[in-house]
Amino acid sequence: MHSFNSDATPDPLTSSSVIDLRDPLSLGRVIFTNVMNFVAFSLTGLALLPLFAILLEILRKGLPNLTWQTLVSLPAAVGEEGVANGFANAIQGTILMVGIASLISIPFGVLTAIFLSEFGKGSKVAATVRFVATVLSGVPSIVVGVFAYAIIVLAPACKGFSAIAGSVALAVIMLPIVVLTTEEALKLVPVPQRLASSALGCGSFQTTFRVVVAGALPGITTGVLLAVARAAGETAPLIFTALFSQTWPEGLKCNSPTPSLSVMIYNYASSPFQEQNRLAWTASVVLVGIVLLVNILSRFAIRSLKTR
Amino acid sequence: MANSSDQTSRPSSQPPTSLEGSLSELTMGGPAVWLDLGFLVIVYAFALGTFLVLFCMAWVIFDQARPAILHFGLGFIVGRDWDVPNEIFGALPYIYGTLVSSAIALILAIPIGLSVALVTSEDFLPSWVSSPVAFIVELLASIPSVIVGLWGIFVLIPFLQPIQDFLYNNFRWIPLFSTQPVGPAMLVAGVILAIMILPTIAAISRDVLLAVPKDLRSASMALGGTRWETVFGTLLPASFSGIVGASTLALGRALGETMAVTMVIGNSIEISPSLLNLGYTIPAVLANEFAEAGEGLHIGSLMYLAFILFVLTLIVNVSAVLMVQVLGSRRE
Repeated sequence: MHSFNSDATPDPLTSSSVIDLRDPLSLGRVIFTNVMNFVAFSLTGLALLPLFAILLEILRKGLPNLTWQTLVSLPAAVGEEGVANGFANAIQGTILMVGIASLISIPFGVLTAIFLSEFGKGSKVAATVRFVATVLSGVPSIVVGVFAYAIIVLAPACKGFSAIAGSVALAVIMLPIVVLTTEEALKLVPVPQRLASSALGCGSFQTTFRVVVAGALPGITTGVLLAVARAAGETAPLIFTALFSQTWPEGLKCNSPTPSLSVMIYNYASSPFQEQNRLAWTASVVLVGIVLLVNILSRFAIRSLKTR
Repeated sequence: MANSSDQTSRPSSQPPTSLEGSLSELTMGGPAVWLDLGFLVIVYAFALGTFLVLFCMAWVIFDQARPAILHFGLGFIVGRDWDVPNEIFGALPYIYGTLVSSAIALILAIPIGLSVALVTSEDFLPSWVSSPVAFIVELLASIPSVIVGLWGIFVLIPFLQPIQDFLYNNFRWIPLFSTQPVGPAMLVAGVILAIMILPTIAAISRDVLLAVPKDLRSASMALGGTRWETVFGTLLPASFSGIVGASTLALGRALGETMAVTMVIGNSIEISPSLLNLGYTIPAVLANEFAEAGEGLHIGSLMYLAFILFVLTLIVNVSAVLMVQVLGSRRE
């Protein structure tokens, strides 16, 4: 690998030209080491910058306007002074759509994960389903939005932009996350517990729900929360399924555009009105706060589950 | 176990009745068996459902794109015009923008991501420093893309403006920097994408590097290699395929990233060699035009674009997943 033994004689023990290990490294190698250290550390420092820059800017621009009133009132019309201005409708819309998406994707995802870890374990079918779930998690969220648009917004049964269309799109986004994290959680339950349950005469239904799922519940909850946080921050799947509105969401009615925090940030970010820009920053504080909290907590939860 | 002798010594004429009951249920097909059977069927059905979502998605989008596919054929991919009133549609500017912005992102993010992976996986730093560093970089992935875009509009574009001006003033003879910068640009989109895919590259490369056997590292050091000679001579070659897999996954993410790019790329249908010029990507045009699209060829063409994006990311993601799987099985 290095040139230092090229001039060594065949028998280094008797030869006088033995390598002196106390010799300092050649200048070239010292420079190489130091340059690479410098490059690697400065690039790593560079990688840390964006998160801090983003968080700092959100807090600086958003926090001063974050009052109770912004959380409970509707957006004021542009140019109106002295009127309560807020985004309560967007918060409500986000909760509504993420809630329905959870109702669809959690049972679906958990049952699929049960199949993967309990019934199909090691089979070709399970490997295929897991592969499809992994690929599904890589499908761009905008394509998921196009899918929901095609099957709901264009469908004669529930034509038009609606909370249902947005929820279906978010459910498809959440599904692979729920499947893959739940399977990991189920795999952490020791096999002897399943055997013990079967030996006591429990059927597969009882074993799965009373022993395996019950034991894996903290892990499943963590995965579900991660999926919820991801769905709450998604914009692309909502932008032409739920659209946006300045009024309160109207529940599950068809053809009623529904506001959400993420689409509101998008619309107000590129708005020419400064008060709307300000509202976008304030909404970002709320959204990033929720998303980061869930991610940091679940990170610690997963670590303590794995070491338990 | 202590009272097992009691059980064996129990007279066999009095068997535990409850066990007998459930045994007979098992053999006779009582409610418990039906419950289990039903449960099994439901679990299989839901797994099949997950499986079908992907195919259903592909079919629905293809079906909606069919008018445009029949009308334009493969010429759509090389068409340069996007004329909504006259219903002439071509995808080339969008495909070009998507590929170029993703390429810039990969060129910027791979060295930075690898640096993070190396610094946090080797023993450069004590673990109480390196694990928070790895954590902070991974946390970046959880920031919603619309908020990264908001930051891009108000912080990154003003920050990059002097750099763009400098490149234009001094290097405009290079085609890459040959247009007057106006703020939003292909380059800004590339930088934003690099920030968003950085956690993917850093996290997966770190796992791959940590999985390189300790023996290889020790062997290189024992032969007199310095730390960086070990990195370049041993660690990186040993983990090369894993790092390629990580970069491929990151590419898949970059190709489909929508909001942040839409907010900083300028959304202009042009094909220019200059990175300082405005651009457009497939996800960006979908985000901008879908809500207002009329019936007919316009919506069909947007669906066609969505289908192209779907197939593109599918190929990239499947090859990345296969690469990682092959790697995992080889390690076992």
